[in-house]
Amino acid sequence: MATMNVAGRELEVDEEGYLIDLSQWDRAAGEELAKSENVEMTDSHWEVIDFLREYYEEYQIAPAVRVLTKAIGKKLGPEKGNSKYLYELFPYGPAKQACKIAGLPKPTGCI
Amino acid sequence: MAAEFQTPEFREYPAVPNALINDATAHLSPFIAKPNHQEPLGFPGELVENWEEKAVEKMGDLLTKYRGLRVYLDSCVKCGSCTDKCHYYQGTSDPKNMPVARQDLLRSVYRRYFTFAGKYFPKLVGARDMTREVLDEWYSYFHQCSQCRRCSVFCPYGIDTAEISMAAREIMDSIGHGQKYCNEILGKVQTVGNNLGLPGPALKATMAEFAEEIEDDTGLPVEIPIDKKGADVLLITPSADFFAEPHIDGLMGYAKVFHEAGVNWTLSSHAAEAANFSMFIGSYSNMKKVAERIRDAALELGVKQIIVGECGHAWRVAYSFWNTLTGVGAGADPSDEYALKLQKQLDPNVPQPMHICEFTYDLIQKGKLRFDKSANDHRTVTFHDSCNVARASRMGDWAGGQFDIPREVIKACCNNYVDMDPDTIKEKTYCCGGGGGLLTDDLMEIRVKGALPRMEALKDVVDHRGVNTLAAICAICKAQFAKVLPYYNFPMHMLVSTHQLVGESLVLTGSNQEKALQPKQEEPAKEDEAQAKAEE
Repeated sequence: MATMNVAGRELEVDEEGYLIDLSQWDRAAGEELAKSENVEMTDSHWEVIDFLREYYEEYQIAPAVRVLTKAIGKKLGPEKGNSKYLYELFPYGPAKQACKIAGLPKPTGCI
Repeated sequence: MAAEFQTPEFREYPAVPNALINDATAHLSPFIAKPNHQEPLGFPGELVENWEEKAVEKMGDLLTKYRGLRVYLDSCVKCGSCTDKCHYYQGTSDPKNMPVARQDLLRSVYRRYFTFAGKYFPKLVGARDMTREVLDEWYSYFHQCSQCRRCSVFCPYGIDTAEISMAAREIMDSIGHGQKYCNEILGKVQTVGNNLGLPGPALKATMAEFAEEIEDDTGLPVEIPIDKKGADVLLITPSADFFAEPHIDGLMGYAKVFHEAGVNWTLSSHAAEAANFSMFIGSYSNMKKVAERIRDAALELGVKQIIVGECGHAWRVAYSFWNTLTGVGAGADPSDEYALKLQKQLDPNVPQPMHICEFTYDLIQKGKLRFDKSANDHRTVTFHDSCNVARASRMGDWAGGQFDIPREVIKACCNNYVDMDPDTIKEKTYCCGGGGGLLTDDLMEIRVKGALPRMEALKDVVDHRGVNTLAAICAICKAQFAKVLPYYNFPMHMLVSTHQLVGESLVLTGSNQEKALQPKQEEPAKEDEAQAKAEE
């Protein structure tokens, strides 16, 4: 099993670099995961990540893209409530890339 | 992120055959399923000890079960007709992606163990032993086939490479060498009820959000019901419709159509999935298990009709296999009491199952839907025929209905429609590049390269006919195009769901849109009056 080093801790990740045990996640792990995706984290990124983690906590799955954009729009203003904004933050797609950085399992299926 | 690779250059259009590049994509191989993906499906967790022997044994078993397989393996005369018909071959130039070469990967082993000549004179007939090298080659190249069956259209013997690729994957699963993407997902659909692993409460919360969005837009309480007992219609749709874009906009389109038609419908949280990846891995037993969840839901909810949303391979499974698998449609096993029960429950006066495009088309024919086509006037639309719908199923009750019906639906709600090159649509349609269990990030290179012929045909109508919108009717096609369009410098948002076009132009009775249209509708009346006066 592959691992990822975060401040001296070895965290297990799968073959695509997704964290295996999401309870091991913290900001430092998020930063490290973002590095592996070439994403430089800003406050705007963390707002999305925090929302994803809260949603996951409640529903045991990442939110649909539309749910995410609506929530971001409500919280940060309608100009940010669209998938274009999310793709600017997470160019490989908000669903998979943001989930990875948030330490959540990869969404699967025809997506 | 996907590994680095070069997106193919557009070729001169229409394209000429490529120069071959041996082993161009021999390095591509998807992640192997782990024991926890394999075992729940009834497959060994990892490669079994005597796998060479077991693989040959399984092949023998399949040859007795599937007569077609033996015919396909025996009848190829190497005429070459199929060689340049595969999108993966066109996009990679790898000769092993020629359909005949792909078949030969399995055929060579078949000859060695199951034919007289191969048993005694293997070298003379290109027969090969089942070795590790062969297994690795199978694993790589049978996951570079999307089972789209375009090659079989051009084969004078009708050899179906998809069947061969399914058999190869079934053999590999049976010896513990499965693909992670398909098998992990099949585990989820069998435990949670959908490919995403979306639990019931999340499904309900998500649908409530979508209903709210429709209400904000239309001013009407358009419902998206879940687990509603006594509903007449059960909608079985790919779970991507609950999650991804533009899939979601298609789902909202279905909801609007049901609302306007006054249909009492429901989704099921137990069977919130149309997709059945068991077909991709050739597993009949898993296909039946996944299909039975739908039967359970239909019996439990007491519905009279089953409608299938926009999903390509699911429509093949539904249209071609649900009848004998579950009793949706005629032909259930007389010893299968639940299938018989479902057959009695479902309305025999409507097609079972019915495609959502058939449903919408019927309403259009009966004049029950009103469209404001100008809502789609900013679009010039072309339509991508999904392989499994085009070549493995039917809509309507006439030959080619599966081509006509989606186009008629689009034309009913859009003023500007253009078809792509006739060699790339309808029964000759190209796969999107992501079908057959290849829609995974670890296969991004083959997905992008395999999309080349479709992207070239698209570029042709974009450049010369002003097309700016690509409509699809399959969750895989949509997810695939959303990812690969940018590689070919097309905007991701040119992709739409077919029922998105419907939903965005449908004028619901009593909606904000209807109110906004009223002054416009009065104007022609005034003109008529003025004209009448002038004529007096």
